[in-house]
Amino acid sequence: MTGNKGLILLIEDEPQVRRFLRVTLQSHGYALIETATGQEGLTQTTSHNPDVILLDLGLPDLGGLEVLGRIREWSQTPVIILSAREKEKDKIRALDAGANDYLTKPFSAGELLARIRVALRHQGIKAGLSEPVFVLDTLRVDLAKRRVFLKESEIHLTPIEYKLLSYLVKNAGKVITHSQLLEEGWGPAYANQVHYVRIYMGMLRHKLEEDPSRPRFFINEPGVGYRLRFEPEEEKK
Amino acid sequence: MEDGRPDPDLLIGRMNREADRKREGQLKIFFGAAPGVGKTYAMLQAAQQKLAEGVDVVVGLVETHKRKETEALLVGLEVIPRHKIEYRDVELSELDIDAALNRKPALILVDELAHTNVPGSRHKKRWQDIYELLGAGISVYSTVNTQHLESLNDIVSQITGVTIHETVPDFLMDRADEIELIDLPPDDLLQRLKEGKVYVPDLAAQASNNFFRKGNLLALRELALRRTAERVDEQMQQYREVKGVKGVWPATERILVCVGPNPRSIRLIRAAKRMAAGLKAEWIAAYVEAPHKVKPSENDLRQLAEHLRLAESLGAETIKLSGHKASDEILNYSRERNVTKIIVGKPTHPKWKDKVFGSMLDAVVRGSGDIDVYVITGDTAEPSLRPVSKTRVRKPPQTGWLLSIATVGVCTGIAALMDQYVPRSDLAMVYLLGIVFTAGRAGKVPFWSATLLSILAFDFFFVPPRYSFYVSSPGYFVTFAVMIIVALIVSKLTLKVRDQSDIVKQREQRTAALYGLSRKLVHERGIEQLSTIAAIHISEVFSSHVVILVPDDKGALTVPATEPITFPLDHKELSVAEWTYKHGEKAGLGTDTLSGAKAVYLPIVTGSQMVGVMGVMPSNTESLLDHEQIHMLESFADQIAMAIDRAMIAKEAQAMLLKAETEELRSTLLSSVSHDLRTPLAAIKGATTTLLQKNVTLETSESHDLLQTIYEESEHLTHIIRNVLDMTRIETKAIKVKKEWESIEEITGAVLNRLSDELGTRKVKVDIPNEVPLVPFDPLLIEQVLTNLIDNAIKYTPKDTLISLTARIDGESMLVEVADRGAGIPAGEEERIFEKFVRGSTAGGGIGLGLTICRAIVNAHGGRIWVENRPKGGAIFRFTLPISEHPPVTETDEERS
Repeated sequence: MTGNKGLILLIEDEPQVRRFLRVTLQSHGYALIETATGQEGLTQTTSHNPDVILLDLGLPDLGGLEVLGRIREWSQTPVIILSAREKEKDKIRALDAGANDYLTKPFSAGELLARIRVALRHQGIKAGLSEPVFVLDTLRVDLAKRRVFLKESEIHLTPIEYKLLSYLVKNAGKVITHSQLLEEGWGPAYANQVHYVRIYMGMLRHKLEEDPSRPRFFINEPGVGYRLRFEPEEEKK
Repeated sequence: MEDGRPDPDLLIGRMNREADRKREGQLKIFFGAAPGVGKTYAMLQAAQQKLAEGVDVVVGLVETHKRKETEALLVGLEVIPRHKIEYRDVELSELDIDAALNRKPALILVDELAHTNVPGSRHKKRWQDIYELLGAGISVYSTVNTQHLESLNDIVSQITGVTIHETVPDFLMDRADEIELIDLPPDDLLQRLKEGKVYVPDLAAQASNNFFRKGNLLALRELALRRTAERVDEQMQQYREVKGVKGVWPATERILVCVGPNPRSIRLIRAAKRMAAGLKAEWIAAYVEAPHKVKPSENDLRQLAEHLRLAESLGAETIKLSGHKASDEILNYSRERNVTKIIVGKPTHPKWKDKVFGSMLDAVVRGSGDIDVYVITGDTAEPSLRPVSKTRVRKPPQTGWLLSIATVGVCTGIAALMDQYVPRSDLAMVYLLGIVFTAGRAGKVPFWSATLLSILAFDFFFVPPRYSFYVSSPGYFVTFAVMIIVALIVSKLTLKVRDQSDIVKQREQRTAALYGLSRKLVHERGIEQLSTIAAIHISEVFSSHVVILVPDDKGALTVPATEPITFPLDHKELSVAEWTYKHGEKAGLGTDTLSGAKAVYLPIVTGSQMVGVMGVMPSNTESLLDHEQIHMLESFADQIAMAIDRAMIAKEAQAMLLKAETEELRSTLLSSVSHDLRTPLAAIKGATTTLLQKNVTLETSESHDLLQTIYEESEHLTHIIRNVLDMTRIETKAIKVKKEWESIEEITGAVLNRLSDELGTRKVKVDIPNEVPLVPFDPLLIEQVLTNLIDNAIKYTPKDTLISLTARIDGESMLVEVADRGAGIPAGEEERIFEKFVRGSTAGGGIGLGLTICRAIVNAHGGRIWVENRPKGGAIFRFTLPISEHPPVTETDEERS
């Protein structure tokens, strides 16, 4: 059962991690191309046009960010960053530079597979399969009519609340950084006013979550941003 | 100079200028007397020649007006596509300056120097585009006609009767490295006109008939020739300066021109410019705030600002003086600055005013001493630079009338009571008192009515024959005259005092505001706080929206986190701010650059370094900031710059200190925990070697057990390594507490989400009231604290007991509690468990760093962490996070929606 789920390009210089990913991904039905350098990765991207790219940030030749930048110059293929560093700054930089998601090493196979599924779903949406109505458990967002429902009752949102929600909905499953949300809601110069996002996300939580202190829809990634849950029950392990 | 050698200062100045010029592009202007003399044609010919010489020539913008001979000359030249701009539904095209800058040719052709760009372009005028090109090291060929030169503009309109609005400042002609005069005899030009070879865009047909008369063309030709000759003369002079040619050195002349809001001032300014150019003199345009006049209307102020700007653009220095006598102020200032010539406008007010109030002109002439005074006619008022709106009549307050009438009534009453006891002529004194009383309180007209009414009342009621206006004795006329004179003097004095005190008050307010800002800034250290305080302060003083942008780590302009969001900064506004930042010049609303912006942007400069940009949007979006206010804002910007400079120096010093400490403490911790790492590694290694043994077959359950061991031990190892790394970072201060305004509810959510595997089915009761505001803390570090505390509770307490988490505001800090129903902490251990490598009694597998890390993090935040036993069993961990600053101002759109 190899290869019918999609083609994944893995750019990673550590052989042990490559081996682990090869076994995991192939056993789950993905086709895989592996490269150990950024340069090689760029070549493979152009020649094979993969569905998802897994990119390690600490490559020996080109920096991971550099590779990401060059890919983004011409391609919108989803890129998931694999990073051994715990520095949030690197993650934010990668996300702002166009990465779709990130995973911090060590990560579990379940986490990785869930992120790949989200990325592939987004690829489908970009191809024109997007639906005007987004449904997640009890939450329903009608993007065409700009209306939001919880269970059956309509929820009133302020214009900025709606702007943020619809942006998260359009990117469901992806981590959206604070500065991306600020730019969306208020303009690019206010990328530092993170507290505005916090206040608004708080208001959204209180309006839409059953228990705002244990949110089911709006997943907070401390220091990085927010992710709107995408699958009804995201797998953990 | 006496020995014939040039003045060294002059020489150095010239050399510097020349060095600058070498880096900048060369400007060549093809100068013509009138449209149609063939400037564009000549320019293209020159370009073709350059191209043949191998120079990289491109056409930025050339108007061929579809003439074949001209178009033929375009062949072989690269043309930059024009920038299309939509304006009022019409598509217009302009020079694409960005494309030109990117292309970076050696030489670019840009026709029509005097052209005014379509609103929405980067610069108001095309010559500003050209300036930017020159600045980027690109040489420019351009064309211009006599009537477009600012200082010749009024002469041309006098000669031809046609007013032309598109002008270029004269300093452009001075800036040009080369001027080529394109000359064509008037008869030939008229012939070309007849053949339809002349394109006349900016003149109506009727006007153009007037314009192209032979007499006019002759006069224009003379002007053009003269202007060029002047320029050649100047070059000769420069040559002499450099080569040390002995000759007559001009004595330094300095001219001062008096301007006001009156449109006639425009003519004075132009005359002064011409005179200054002729004498090669510096010149100053001065305005005297006249306290004895009625307060100038808003329109007057606007006109005045326009005039001062015109003068500045013509190369004048501008100054505002204030004092109670205009002539004294002008003369004093002139002496101070060694002015040699004063230019004043010919008075236009009626003669009697001079007789009564004294003539400013007379006073200046009389006091001028060795300064020459030129009186210039201003009879034909030119169209003012801005249309004057009709709403300038200010209604005097009605209370003034009431007051004057009441005063006269009261005076009459008092006089009637005194009539029996005092001589009649003394009753006039009562009225005089009344007149003096009203002077300071009522407006001008009510005051004079009160004076008149007093005289009439005195005459009617008290002067015999009573109850008639007839006056029997001529002596009373003297009384009346005295009353009028007193009224005159009193009113003049009071008005003068009032106005002067108004001006002083205003000045004082501004100085106080400036002082207030510098006092506030003196105590702040961080650039963010500085800019926030300044932004709030300035927006209060100017009652406008203010934003201060500073470069971030990568050099991109951003608004510091603590500043409130005052007005939306979209990409367009931001690009204006960036332009200001890059060029160090003001731009935006009310300036000459990118004036389509909603706000004006001023650079904040320390010494030579740009440190930020201040954006000011008037709260009434229609109103512009006047000259004076911009000057004021600039002094505020200077204050901010100084404060930021200080902050930057302090920051550098601190960074150096921190680095030194970190070096010392590095990695002492790692060595002390290395043995803790070996245990899980041993287990993993053992399990894997068993699994890999070739000749041993294992039961499925056995191999699963081994795999489970590997998984758990690797988790354990991950945990230990993270704790050790955190501890190392904290101890060596490599971890910096990066406080942000955070929501504790959010962090709790993230922690519980992350620990969901460990929690399994265990219940956690969370109680965070809505009123808990955002609190400054480092989200990652506090997440770590909560994770460690809850993780401990899971590990050390029975599975079926409740864990509860609460947060609330307690005085100046936030108190967070994590409580369990376990065995509690043994007495006397409450402090010890926070120490390094102290483990809890129940087996859990930690290395005793979790709580140590918690304490280090909380302490680094300026808070406190401790543990207590609960009365009904269990432990409760508490920590506080101080709220030392005021929370940032955040406006939500809830109310507006």
